[in-house]
Amino acid sequence: MSFERTQEKLKILADAAKYDVSCSSSGSKRANKNNGLGNASGMGICHSYTEDGRCVSLLKILLTNYCIFDCAYCVTRKSNDIKRAAFKVQEVVDLTINFYRRNYIEGLFLSSGIFKSADYTMERLVAVAKKLRLEENFNGYIHLKSIPGASDELMHEAGLYADRLSVNIEIPTESGLRRLAPDKKREDFIKPMLKIKNDIIENASEKKVIKSTPKFAPAGQSTQMIIGASGENDFQIMQTSNFFYKSYNLKRVYYSGYVPISYDSRLPQIGTDVPMLRENRLYQTDWLMRFYGFDVSEILNQNHQNLDLDIDPKLGWALRNLHEFPIDVNTADKRMLARIPGLGMKSVYKIINARRFRKLNWDHLKKIGIAFNRAKFFMVCDSNQFERRDLTAERIKGLILQNSTSKYQKTLSNQLNLFA
Amino acid sequence: MQNKTLVYDGTFDGFLSAVFYVFEHKLEDVYLQNQFSSTERMFSEKEEILTENVKADRVWKGIQNKLGKSQSYKLYYAFLSEKNGVEDVLLNMIKYIFSDIPNVANDFSQASVLEISKIAKMVGREKHRMEAFVRFKLTKDGIYFSNIEPDFNVLPLISSHFKKRYADQKWLIYDIKRRFGLFYDLDKVDTITLYFPDDFDFTKTDENIFANQEFEFQKLWQDYFKSVNITSRKNMKLHIQHVPKRYWKYMSEKLN
Repeated sequence: MSFERTQEKLKILADAAKYDVSCSSSGSKRANKNNGLGNASGMGICHSYTEDGRCVSLLKILLTNYCIFDCAYCVTRKSNDIKRAAFKVQEVVDLTINFYRRNYIEGLFLSSGIFKSADYTMERLVAVAKKLRLEENFNGYIHLKSIPGASDELMHEAGLYADRLSVNIEIPTESGLRRLAPDKKREDFIKPMLKIKNDIIENASEKKVIKSTPKFAPAGQSTQMIIGASGENDFQIMQTSNFFYKSYNLKRVYYSGYVPISYDSRLPQIGTDVPMLRENRLYQTDWLMRFYGFDVSEILNQNHQNLDLDIDPKLGWALRNLHEFPIDVNTADKRMLARIPGLGMKSVYKIINARRFRKLNWDHLKKIGIAFNRAKFFMVCDSNQFERRDLTAERIKGLILQNSTSKYQKTLSNQLNLFA
Repeated sequence: MQNKTLVYDGTFDGFLSAVFYVFEHKLEDVYLQNQFSSTERMFSEKEEILTENVKADRVWKGIQNKLGKSQSYKLYYAFLSEKNGVEDVLLNMIKYIFSDIPNVANDFSQASVLEISKIAKMVGREKHRMEAFVRFKLTKDGIYFSNIEPDFNVLPLISSHFKKRYADQKWLIYDIKRRFGLFYDLDKVDTITLYFPDDFDFTKTDENIFANQEFEFQKLWQDYFKSVNITSRKNMKLHIQHVPKRYWKYMSEKLN
């Protein structure tokens, strides 16, 4: 491995991969086999954090940034005048192993621009994973990006060596995709997703019969959407997301606030702020769907197409549904407890455990760690002091905002900050 | 009755032996003290406690029977915090464990239970951080070497993680503060002490000691670290919250 050459490639191909959000290395239990190198734990470990505060758990790189496609939102698009580079299969293997041995990373996240054809590219991605597993006896985490349009056979082989597979749908709506990525078709994403989904199901049922069946993509599949590049509203985004969770058993959908990278007139101009707060609200909604028992239509629907930026989506829902409150924490079921603003799932479980011993009052609840400032308007407990006033939704929102400081306050302010 | 200070040898077994002694002699007014601690108690009668593994095991088994395995480890974690006076809080909790009240492990209305749980959580957090932030450097004789300086004595807690993960490479993790390390020789992990020259700089990669390619991989890692950052999303407050500054000096991506 020539150090200078690899160094140059790494700079180019890591830079190009950084817009991919996924860096999780959890959800896969892979033990170290035959005194080899590495293992994957269920939790995953973040080995470092970038200065923008995101975790670094995987060596996240592109195999190449040559690409035959011309997607407007992508730095790697063929019409972009940038330096191109491509790793050899062995170079990626060497980097992964040597970084891993020094405890820099949990594993590899390998994506790629599409050179020559989908299958040609996919074959090389699979070759890296295969080499790591079979020749290097590497048991760390591997996440491979599926190349849209790659054949079913290659997708299947990828699943035998990778922990997670993903294909980015990038643009939440079909019309947006047509406009910004004229070379891509939605079917090209759906096909590999469907193949992986079916193979995972098949693998699970085989495993029930024959225990030694090899693992197939044990950490499942995920996808990513770019937010704020193509003008869709939150309702459209979360509907798409919900569709993929339901129809393709995805483990995660990631939302990536668009970072302007080109002067293309179809896109937000360079210098436009990255919609970080909106991204955060979408993740909160995603959580409400997956862990809090909300149906997405309760939060976003025809009448309510965008999430509030000043309050979180659960509070927003509660204020639109005041008739459901107040909820008695000492009697309510888990589902309703989870709907009280200011109560996370951990608090919900603690409450359910603790109320077996005694009736809970405000003091107990504060110690458990609920966000009292929000929760107090929506619940009653074994204390006399609770909000008895008949407050309107507007008034409650006002009182909550008055007594809280959002870390996004700066972003929220409509005032121009002249003297910053 | 005059109060007593039991001095033990600083090990967990020593501590448990002292606890055994407290129960055996039904001592009420008693402090437990690490022999390396400099705290002096006036008007307190000192007594040296011999470490006896059999007695220590009995206490530990007793605790495990009452609490179950995972809850008992909280006590061990808290012990490794080396916090001033943690022994006395532990003793209080152990007394409570052996009282007749059932399921005491989660009774957070009891001060010592709450305190131990908090300390154990802090130690657990640093254990996890060390599993993440250890940076190995390859020496000329083929050993992956790392030095750490954790607030708490977490080395005993991270041993099995590294043994499971790096089964095919020799590695050594050295705690500068406590002057001992773990060495894995491809077979088993041993606790070792090492001699370093007085002017040895743990933040540098000395070319007499480390392999040539070590410098190349550090450089690649530093470049990588820079390349993945998105400047328009910069958030140093969050960054420092995740990677506290006190750990920076031994993390290769932070050295330049």
